[in-house]
Amino acid sequence: MKKAEHKNFNINLPKSPTGIQGFDEITAGGLPKGRPTLVCGGAGCGKTLFGIEFLVRGATQFNEPGVFMSFEETNEELTINVASLGFDLEDLIKNKKIALDHVHLERSEIEETGEYDLEGLFIRLGYAIDSIGAKRVVLDTIESLFAGLPNQLILRAELRRLFRWLKDKGVTAVITGERGDESLTRQGLEEYVSDCVIVLDHRVNNQTSTRRLRVVKYRGSIHGTNEYPFLIDEEGFSVLPVTSLGLKHNVSDERILSGIVALDEMLEGKGYYRGSTILVSGTSGVGKTSIAAHFAEAACKRGERVLFFCFEESPNQLMRNMLSIGIKLETWVKKGLLQFQATRPTFYGLEMHLATTHKMVNDFKPDIVIMDPINTFVAVDKEFEVKTMLIRMVDFLKANQITALFTSLTFNHSALENTDVGISSLIDTWLLLRDIELNGERNRGMYILKSRGMANSNQIREFILTSHGVELREVYIGAGGVLTGSARIAQEALENAEVLTHKLDIERKKREIERKRKALEIQIATLHANFEAEEFEANKMIETEKALIKRIEQDKIEMAVSRNAGKENNKTKNLKK
Amino acid sequence: MRQKQVNSTKKSLEENLVATEKDKWILRLYVAGKTPKALTAFTNLKKICEEQLNGKYSIEVIDLLINPQLGVEDQILALPTLVRKLPVPVRKIIGDLSDTERVLVGLDLLPIN
Repeated sequence: MKKAEHKNFNINLPKSPTGIQGFDEITAGGLPKGRPTLVCGGAGCGKTLFGIEFLVRGATQFNEPGVFMSFEETNEELTINVASLGFDLEDLIKNKKIALDHVHLERSEIEETGEYDLEGLFIRLGYAIDSIGAKRVVLDTIESLFAGLPNQLILRAELRRLFRWLKDKGVTAVITGERGDESLTRQGLEEYVSDCVIVLDHRVNNQTSTRRLRVVKYRGSIHGTNEYPFLIDEEGFSVLPVTSLGLKHNVSDERILSGIVALDEMLEGKGYYRGSTILVSGTSGVGKTSIAAHFAEAACKRGERVLFFCFEESPNQLMRNMLSIGIKLETWVKKGLLQFQATRPTFYGLEMHLATTHKMVNDFKPDIVIMDPINTFVAVDKEFEVKTMLIRMVDFLKANQITALFTSLTFNHSALENTDVGISSLIDTWLLLRDIELNGERNRGMYILKSRGMANSNQIREFILTSHGVELREVYIGAGGVLTGSARIAQEALENAEVLTHKLDIERKKREIERKRKALEIQIATLHANFEAEEFEANKMIETEKALIKRIEQDKIEMAVSRNAGKENNKTKNLKK
Repeated sequence: MRQKQVNSTKKSLEENLVATEKDKWILRLYVAGKTPKALTAFTNLKKICEEQLNGKYSIEVIDLLINPQLGVEDQILALPTLVRKLPVPVRKIIGDLSDTERVLVGLDLLPIN
């Protein structure tokens, strides 16, 4: 979809790719082909470099030779200056890929006597273009002419003609201009070059400087309108179109272990999500870096690549310190899986930090990025700017499926759950470390403040740094509150003693019951015996009675027989039948 | 390549210098084609030289349309440009030389007052 769009307007407006990292993305393809572009900005903001890189990249990557007409620096100065950026101008000149032309105007040598035009400049530029078949032209800084030639009327008319002429020539031109007080350029060049205007800026904020680039105008094309940070380093110019990142990144269901068994257990036993953002915050000295180091070690053991930005400690100090808790990071550094990048936050501006992070990440291609700690940036810039920078950072890392672990220092006087940079909403898993002061001891507690997309434990655990790493213990929670450290141990002993007495009590109770049961049984047996005796007696009496009744009946029959034999006898006999 | 050519012309120029009389003026007029401005400039120059230099001069007219690379040596931007190669220092006068007063000042032929 996006590609199709690109193609579409490429047809409408042909573009000339600059090859400058990130710039072609903002402008959706580069500078307008065959048209002049104005690049303006204050002193030292990188105008010349932009121009020269446009030419060098054009010559080396896009096979478009270019002419650099300098009104300020001599050819030798220019060659030396850009050699520091890895551009070999001499070689390119030899191969007729680039032509340098230094135009020098000395006001004191010139006397003006009547009508003239700048045909000489045209011829000269035309000659240079034709000599190498140039497709690109840079004029740096043409405004110098205003200092050399007194008649502005002629000059302005001629400049207008020059830009027209460049268009007719079909070369893609970059014209640089010094920034003016009220207009974009001192001499109002934007009047003449109206197809594309780029403003470079070099701002100093709290003693740190940031370079920014903005496309003010781009006729016939959509372009990013924001101010984009850019940096100039040993590889030249790079612009970061980072604000264009959104929330469209893919998510992973994969889980990765944190390196601390008990912590993994708290996170459903599986650890963090890959590509998520983890924040470890806490007061100083609670072990934030240790958690980060554990995570780094665990990742390296899995064979993943880790990029560790430390803003407060040197890598060696950090490695030494982590040795004390049994984490040997040096092994992984040697194996090339772990890379440290240590800079002071104040070393350069936020944007520059962001830019270097980008570059480092693109170069090293890590699976995990650790930044320890992030809130030191607040010292450099305002909270809001830090936040926007971190949003961009998080977006960038997420888009690349990189798991990020940030640590953040909170201060005792501020609320624990309040990070200085206010990025809580960006965080997927937030571990909070806090110190618990009790009975003259200061112990560490840890809990999971939030963890998106998993049923995490809600327990506070005691966090112990041992010689073999971080351990998490269950803390005692009871009538006395949360107990940690030796208080917890004492409480545990107390509990053990209580359990023992309880056990004894139970034994005693059991025995008593047994005894009672036995007594009861004996009683039951006696009653049984008594009953049996009585029953026997009763049965005996019943039998005697029965025998007696029988005898009486027998006697009656016998008496009847003796009184009257015969009938009675027969009757009884019949009855019997 | 171009640089070399320039050097060689410079050398030949210096050789010429030795050969010519010390007070001879060497003037170069750069033009681009036979434009009205170029023609005016040449006429004006000729006139001034005749009046002021009594034949102790030489004028070289360089047409940049024919030899564009020659403009580099003298840093020619504006046309027409008159360059006083000798006597040193080099002076440049741009325009069609219609302002005689200024031409004379530019050529150091007239005190500024």
